Amino acid sequence: MHRTGELYGHFETLEQQKESAALGMWIFLVTEVLFFGGLFLTYTINRHAFSAAFGAGSNTLDLTLGGFNTVVLIMSSLTMAMAVWSAQVGKKQLVSIFLIATVVLGTIFLGVKVIEYKQKFDHHLIPGAGFDIRYHAEHPTAADNAGKIAEEKEELEKAFAKDPDLNAHAQLYFSLYFGMTGLHALHMIVGAGLLVWLIKGSFAGRYTPKYNTPVEIVGLYWHFVDIVWIYLFPLLYLIDRHH
Amino acid sequence: MSEHIVSPKIYVAIFLTLMAGTAITVWAAYQNFGAFNIVIALGIATFKATLVVLYFMHARYSPRRTQLVIVCSVFWLAIMLALTLADYQTREHTVGRLAPPVIFNLVRT
Amino acid sequence: MSKTPPPSPGPNMPHEDYLNATYGLKSWLLTTDHKRIALLYLGSVTVFFFIGGIFATLIRIHLLTPTGYLVTPETYNKLFTMHGVAMIFFFLIPSIPAVLGNFLIPLMIGAKDLAFPKINLLSWYIYLIGGSFVLYSFSTGGLDTGWTFYTPLSSVYSNSAVTPAVIGIFINGFSSILTGLNFIVTIHTMRAPGMTWFRLPLFVWSHYATSLVMVLGTPVVAITLLLAGLERMFHLGFFNPALGGDPILFQHLFWFYSHPAVYIMVLPAMGVVSEVIPTFARKPIFGYSFIAGSSIAIAVIGFLVWAHHMFVTGESTYAALTFSFLSYVVAIPSAVKVFNWTSTLYKGSISWDTPMVYALGFIGLFLIGGLTGLFLACLGLDIHIHDTYFVVAHFHYIMVGGAVMGYVGGLHFWWPKITGRLYPESLARTAAITLFVGFNLTFFPQFILGYMGMPRRYHTYPPEFQVLNVLSTAGASILALGYLLPMLYLMWSMRYGKVAGPNPWPATGLEWTTPSPPPTENFDVTPEVTWEPYDYKNRPDLGLTAGAPSPAPAHGDD
Repeated sequence: MHRTGELYGHFETLEQQKESAALGMWIFLVTEVLFFGGLFLTYTINRHAFSAAFGAGSNTLDLTLGGFNTVVLIMSSLTMAMAVWSAQVGKKQLVSIFLIATVVLGTIFLGVKVIEYKQKFDHHLIPGAGFDIRYHAEHPTAADNAGKIAEEKEELEKAFAKDPDLNAHAQLYFSLYFGMTGLHALHMIVGAGLLVWLIKGSFAGRYTPKYNTPVEIVGLYWHFVDIVWIYLFPLLYLIDRHH
Repeated sequence: MSEHIVSPKIYVAIFLTLMAGTAITVWAAYQNFGAFNIVIALGIATFKATLVVLYFMHARYSPRRTQLVIVCSVFWLAIMLALTLADYQTREHTVGRLAPPVIFNLVRT
Repeated sequence: MSKTPPPSPGPNMPHEDYLNATYGLKSWLLTTDHKRIALLYLGSVTVFFFIGGIFATLIRIHLLTPTGYLVTPETYNKLFTMHGVAMIFFFLIPSIPAVLGNFLIPLMIGAKDLAFPKINLLSWYIYLIGGSFVLYSFSTGGLDTGWTFYTPLSSVYSNSAVTPAVIGIFINGFSSILTGLNFIVTIHTMRAPGMTWFRLPLFVWSHYATSLVMVLGTPVVAITLLLAGLERMFHLGFFNPALGGDPILFQHLFWFYSHPAVYIMVLPAMGVVSEVIPTFARKPIFGYSFIAGSSIAIAVIGFLVWAHHMFVTGESTYAALTFSFLSYVVAIPSAVKVFNWTSTLYKGSISWDTPMVYALGFIGLFLIGGLTGLFLACLGLDIHIHDTYFVVAHFHYIMVGGAVMGYVGGLHFWWPKITGRLYPESLARTAAITLFVGFNLTFFPQFILGYMGMPRRYHTYPPEFQVLNVLSTAGASILALGYLLPMLYLMWSMRYGKVAGPNPWPATGLEWTTPSPPPTENFDVTPEVTWEPYDYKNRPDLGLTAGAPSPAPAHGDD
């Protein structure tokens, strides 16, 4: 397959090439919608069946970190959109700046995710033999607020009264929590890799008003990953917060 | 595809709306709306997702074909969710002789 | 405006084609030419066909006697599982799309290649990686869950190598997704000037519909098998009732893909038949837009029927009623196709060439397979024949009688285009008839067995079922001969067959206007399409003028 400048030989025009690439990415995103859709369906059925356990599991998540990450990710979508705009209007330097900002924000998101996972690990909330949803309430550390721990204990007892099998069913919640956020994080890592590749191209000044297809289609992917999080955040972090 | 350049002003406006949406979601989660908590949360999330698709992903300015692709993805997701949930929502409370007890729990709640 | 394509080069004109443009292993393994990738797929799906075929042979030999002396019950479970996995995921699903579709779609729409040639090659490598995992599973303990991987058997209790198999099928799914994605984009953006949507060959329409199913369904089975695999590896509980999970949810998710997957197998075969019938009836296809539309309708409605596989699982009666009704609805577009093909044959100038024998065989077998499918969609009747040999016979009529007949028929039809040479016609016709007879003898007795109550997936059966089982095994031997023959003479013809020329049948599609085998770039100049599809009446260039006796197709042994 020969190539003339930015045009691959099997296309007639740059326009046709760009259309094909964009359509290809959109169709790929359709497959992603259905891929995550299967997970969301599993989540829905289980949450409906075990609402007490899902509420208890959700309340163990750190809303501050989750909310912070939501802000970070939406901000990274903004910088990504700005990178596309910079390429479209021919501001070559801005393209690099915005792409770097996007990858930095993405990395911050992943870093926070690591902190959250570590916390779950410390609190014995990894599904498996060692899983114990009461662990944190019964083994508070010096850093924990005594009042909050007492409140947490009370909530857990209420939940256990509703569902004696809470420990088993909360594992389902955490399986889904790790499954969904883990797959989301995997998509972020792939996206970050693509961004690094774009940054390399932008340093070479490759993206111009005439040819910016790679920036645009990676942008589509990045925004999609943002959309998945827009749904994950309320579904995982915000169940039964009003107690 | 005739290229439509969205101005940064619109991007920033969308960003601010998304931030506001996030704040409202968190606020709403702490109110007791009963069964409507989840409806409100998903409603806001869908509103935010729509904004991202229309403006950040330029779907509003894209060719019909792209818009059709988006509609298809939502439609097929809806098929999967709706027809599966239709089964769960209409099960008899006694499922079957051979079903293990835990299935009864699943259906009753 | 000329109504005909430019004259084709003569039959023996020397030219550089895609086969001799470059040489060496590297030029094949790193090729981005859709025609070479199609041949890579041809080789690899054939390997899986024979692996699956060996398992099938062992199953039929074992079932010769009621007690079955050949293998232990545990091994028998593995045999039918591995037969299903190899045949469905690694032969039937990629067979027509990845071999014939890959080769023909760009040629049929007048493009130089698919929209994403590198992704096309990537999808073949993904197929190989997925296939290796599955072969690893087969050779290190085998697989005994049934090809459906129902939980909690697959995720908890099975002692076989489920994890690598699940990973392999998960990986292979992406090969299918990328092929479908590539086809959809290609059909949208790569059509030659004048190739409007309603001038597309019906083969392209059916592949468009197939690609929709691949793109919309495969991700769901990917996530489902991923969850089942995670459940097995980390003892999670998504689908395990002992841990609060729901096995019926697994079945919903699994069949959301796996029912439409049947249409991934049969829709492309319908596309082949829609090309072959007008060619050998020398008539424009009857009801072009209805056949095109019914392909799309099958793809869409096919997504609304999945829970008819679950009538006896304890799903809601109301849901079962709905799915039963919707399953009847999907018969309508299928019937539209059959009626249109038979109407095309009516008063046609029919010649009994090998591809035509396969196409007519397809119509008959698909009819039986489709109608028995309606028996199974009937809620009350399904309770009686569920999980019996009736089901086995039904889906083999669709998958082997339908999809494989279409695939082998299509291979014969386009073999002169792929290799530039003709196969020996009378031998090929004999093989086609052998296949048809062998197939019916194998599977028709299974309808009766199933109706009499012989359950599927059992290693043993009561003695009164022996006669029908022996008949079935005898048929399978004839069937095997029917598959081996084309293997041999097609390979022989690659070297010794008569030179075919660009359009031996002759047929009307764009792919027949370029030399056989085609050059790497497919067309020397981008063609401009000014004629309607299947227009045998207005194509003097084919030598098929009205009133005059039509020329006989070129044959390998005339």
